[in-house]
Amino acid sequence: ARSRSAFGQSLLGLLGGGDLDEDSWTEVEDTLLMADLGTATTLEIIEKLRDQISSRGVRSADDARAVLRAVLVDALHPSMDRAVRALPHGEGDARVPAVVLIAGVNGTGKTTTTGKLARVLVADGRTVLLGAADTFRAAAAEQLATWAGRVGAEVVRGKEGADPAAVAFDAVKRGIEAKVDAVLVDTAGRLHTKAGLMDELGKVKRVVEKQTKVDEVLLVLDATTGQNGLTQARVFSDVVDVTGVVLTKLDGTAKGGIVFQVQRELGVPVKLVGLGEGADDLAPFEPGAFVDALLGVNQ
Amino acid sequence: MFDTLSDRLTSVLQNLRGKGRLTDADIDATAREIRIALLEADVALPVVRAFIAQVKERAKGAEVSGALNPAQQVVKIVNEELVAILGGETRRLRFAKQPPTVIMLAGLQGSGKTTLAGKLALWLRKQSHAPLLVACDLQRPNAVTQLQVVGERAGVQVFAPEPGNGVGDPVDVARRAIEEAKHAQHDIVIVDTAGRLGVDQELMRQAADIRDAVQPDEVLFVVDAMIGQDAVTTAEAFRDGVGFSGVVLTKLDGDARGGAALSVREVTGQPILFASNGEKLEDFDAFHPDRMASRILGMGDVLTLIEQA
Ligand SMILES: Nc1nc2c(ncn2[C@@H]2O[C@H](COP(=O)(O)OP(=O)(O)OP(=O)(O)O)[C@@H](O)[C@H]2O)c(=O)[nH]1
Ligand SMILES: Nc1nc2c(ncn2[C@@H]2O[C@H](COP(=O)(O)OP(=O)(O)OP(=O)(O)O)[C@@H](O)[C@H]2O)c(=O)[nH]1
Ligand SMILES: [Mg+2]
Ligand SMILES: [Mg+2]
Repeated sequence: ARSRSAFGQSLLGLLGGGDLDEDSWTEVEDTLLMADLGTATTLEIIEKLRDQISSRGVRSADDARAVLRAVLVDALHPSMDRAVRALPHGEGDARVPAVVLIAGVNGTGKTTTTGKLARVLVADGRTVLLGAADTFRAAAAEQLATWAGRVGAEVVRGKEGADPAAVAFDAVKRGIEAKVDAVLVDTAGRLHTKAGLMDELGKVKRVVEKQTKVDEVLLVLDATTGQNGLTQARVFSDVVDVTGVVLTKLDGTAKGGIVFQVQRELGVPVKLVGLGEGADDLAPFEPGAFVDALLGVNQ
Repeated sequence: MFDTLSDRLTSVLQNLRGKGRLTDADIDATAREIRIALLEADVALPVVRAFIAQVKERAKGAEVSGALNPAQQVVKIVNEELVAILGGETRRLRFAKQPPTVIMLAGLQGSGKTTLAGKLALWLRKQSHAPLLVACDLQRPNAVTQLQVVGERAGVQVFAPEPGNGVGDPVDVARRAIEEAKHAQHDIVIVDTAGRLGVDQELMRQAADIRDAVQPDEVLFVVDAMIGQDAVTTAEAFRDGVGFSGVVLTKLDGDARGGAALSVREVTGQPILFASNGEKLEDFDAFHPDRMASRILGMGDVLTLIEQA
């Protein structure tokens, strides 16, 4: 992990009686703000840290850092179930694929994540079908088809400008017929402020649900996103009931701290992280590793 | 959930109307609220600090005008300072004396470069130019196809001699594009490049090589208005890695406050030329510093108050 403030190495100054000196408090605050936790969350974390430092009688800078790490990890609710629900239901003739819907604002990495997730499932011996329900963006379906070819999945696509709900319906129908294990439906990027496009997304989900249930709705959030990420998460969740978050582009310098607020507000965990543009650059979200990277701790 | 800045300021400074001069305490209280507003708008922390210090300095010497309460007074100063940093006047594109004019686009993955290439092409075509779009993203799956579709929609030619998806050398394509433009009498060349991270030294090197191959008149750094605190690090990395002469802010049709505009402008000194505000090729405008200032502060109403005073 690269970072500007090598917080992990810096010396937190300790005052007697279980408190940090002023500079250290500022440094902690800066680190959290610069990681996009936002002002309110930053203050809350600092309050908790203050409590713990004084109640535990912290004696060394190392202890103080360990407490900060623990407070941050705890704020990410490490016990949440982060498994992606992508396994088929039922047996024999009644068997239906799991359906995963991928959504988010423009350019966050939805199509790439869809491809990477297919790769994980295929590597696990599963059969996967990709539904190209982005019929709007230039060459979006081609992009998904390239991913399908790359990872060994079938793809169902409609014509440019086709009704995305109809394409999603067809993809799931085909997935049921072909008895695949999972259908991953990629949707067009849309800003949460566009009511018409959000309605369209709601419809995609409802139409799919006429055949089988949607197991997982993944909201793809770009790690560079600032405070707007929370608004995005709220609105998408209202429309399609998000069940998990994918935090992409964590291979850059952005820390992705907005997920503290997102997880709490939605009550839904970050499940996966994107760490690059390649097919294998997808990993489970681990609160400890995430916090270490946020604090600039080199492992 | 959050009150608007104007609400918060009003509550902090309710009873101070009619004082002759702002006290330090008034200024500090107001500065605290503005600091939060700026941070909530994703202005980068170091920029917030420098900015607040500047505003405090100015506010200390300010006389309170009869019609403005101290909060309004400070907000007025803040607004003026913001507009000053964002650039009072919009800078226009620089055209080459000897055509073709070369415009290169660079930025993080997914920031909106390819879409912007189409927007610029359409906009310039409507002004009777003959732009050529150049497909130098040979990496992202179907980036070339995407640019071809965008070019078709914009009604302009696309130079895409390599298929992409990992095949072809973008530096070579860039070089050949200039020949092609001269040959086919295009007076403008717009070079779309792959998205890249600031920390990716190899790809940053490639961007610099593309730059050297085409000798651009403008390198535009394309940045998503939703970006948070990373704006500074990323802008610095692109400044140092490839260098840019202007900035384009994209996805302004959302409700992000767009503090990045301030961060990038303040840190690199380069002007913001355009605002991209939608997925369609027409959704594109010159950048307006005054609109951006009130957007960042989320205080259109306060400004109206001040104007009416
Ligand atoms: N560095 C990095 N780049 C990524 C990651 N995920 C996606 N990208 C890149 O981000 C850009 C956008 O990715 P897409 O998958 O096309 O994003 P999208 O959300 O489908 O975009 P739209 O459909 O246009 O809304 C591409 O250049 C991807 O290669 C990641 O984890 N790390
Ligand atoms: N709402 C909105 N969407 C935009 C805007 N500009 C671009 N987009 C969308 O953002 C997504 C990414 O845009 P691209 O132009 O592919 O971005 P890029 O920088 O070329 O991406 P890479 O080549 O993968 O790095 C697409 O879904 C675009 O339609 C804008 O101003 N507003
Ligand atoms: Mg996509
Ligand atoms: Mg592109």
